[in-house]
Amino acid sequence: MSIRTVSNLAAGEGANPLIPHTAELIVGTIAFTLLFLLLRSKVVPMFEKAFAERTDAIAGGIERAEKAQQEAEIALQKYTSQLSDAQGEAQKIREDARVQGAAIIEDLRAKAQEEATRITAAASASIEAERQQAITSLRNEVGALATELASKIVGEALDDQVRQSRIVDRFIADLEKSK
Amino acid sequence: MSVLLSGDEGFKPPSTADFDLPPVFLDNPYTTKPIFLVFLSVILISAFFIAASRKALIMPNKLQFAGESIYTFVRNDLARDVIGHEFMRFVPYLFTLFTFILTNNIFGIVPLLQFPPMSRVSFPYILAIFTFVIFHYVAIKHKGILPYLKEIMFMPGVPKPVYILLTPIELATYFVVRPLTLSLRLFANMFAGHLLLLVFILGGDHLLKGVIGLKLLSPFAFAFGIGLTFFEFMVQCLQAYIFTLLSALYIAGALADEH
Repeated sequence: MSIRTVSNLAAGEGANPLIPHTAELIVGTIAFTLLFLLLRSKVVPMFEKAFAERTDAIAGGIERAEKAQQEAEIALQKYTSQLSDAQGEAQKIREDARVQGAAIIEDLRAKAQEEATRITAAASASIEAERQQAITSLRNEVGALATELASKIVGEALDDQVRQSRIVDRFIADLEKSK
Repeated sequence: MSVLLSGDEGFKPPSTADFDLPPVFLDNPYTTKPIFLVFLSVILISAFFIAASRKALIMPNKLQFAGESIYTFVRNDLARDVIGHEFMRFVPYLFTLFTFILTNNIFGIVPLLQFPPMSRVSFPYILAIFTFVIFHYVAIKHKGILPYLKEIMFMPGVPKPVYILLTPIELATYFVVRPLTLSLRLFANMFAGHLLLLVFILGGDHLLKGVIGLKLLSPFAFAFGIGLTFFEFMVQCLQAYIFTLLSALYIAGALADEH
């Protein structure tokens, strides 16, 4: 108290600095309330809105990414299953083709065999026919020749071996010539 | 001290009278410098933050980022961390408190303005009364008036005879000490800081007018004044932070169920 009195005396004046002034109290109240109302109505909601939108944007981004990943996974599964289906189908087609090819070959072979058998049969039939014909004609000819030979042998005396042989040779040569 | 210096070429040391600034217009007490500064702070703060928050961009520009940094500091580091899940209700108040005190304090070292309105005790009183009313109101609404008074006066888990001592102390703490310390801490820091700057700068100025030996000392006084200005900046920010932090703590105490 005494110190303040001294300093007040030295300064010539100066009120107790702990005593508030009415004007300042009123102004302080008004100014602070005004600032409070302004910040509460204009600033805080806008900042909070920005924060909420930012959180939303980040959360939404993550959600979208997760969704896209899920979709990609589903597509991958789909394609994988399609691929394995296609591979299975190709396998089946190849198997079918192999079986079919084998069947065709078998079929062809059977046909060829049959054809060969048929040709062989026809050939042997014709050979048989020709043989029969040859035999028939040979028989006729041999008969005639034998008759002719016999008549010749009878006509000429077969007294010696040499002559007999010569006759036979000549006969055969005649045969060959007439052929 | 004043006697010593007053004999020395008529130097008047800075005193409490230096805080009693006269009205600018006529004798109207509403036209003093501190009052203008307080209104200026309201204009500056609201203009800055409205401009910063107006667009509410998801990707903030520089202005919005600056505003958001201050807002987020009060919102998260002061309100949310101290008060807990009900903090959002008190963010506008704490935000206003912090920006208002900080801006007015910094006026103390802004060239040309160079006066901290918070060294006028009326303004800290007003702010302390706001905090006082709010934290009592919140506590009464949250707990009911009688349980609240009972909690203050008869702290649970204390032997009965101790209440003779504890009850007056607790009552004084809640109804006198808290608002008083809150306002006086801010006032005294700003008052003393401004006085200190006045001493060194006016003193340096006065030394310059003295004899040659004193002239040589003058730069040291100015250098000290400049150094103290930086120190003051720290104190100004710190005091704004402490006032807001304590307000948040009192509100948190009012919301807490256990003492």
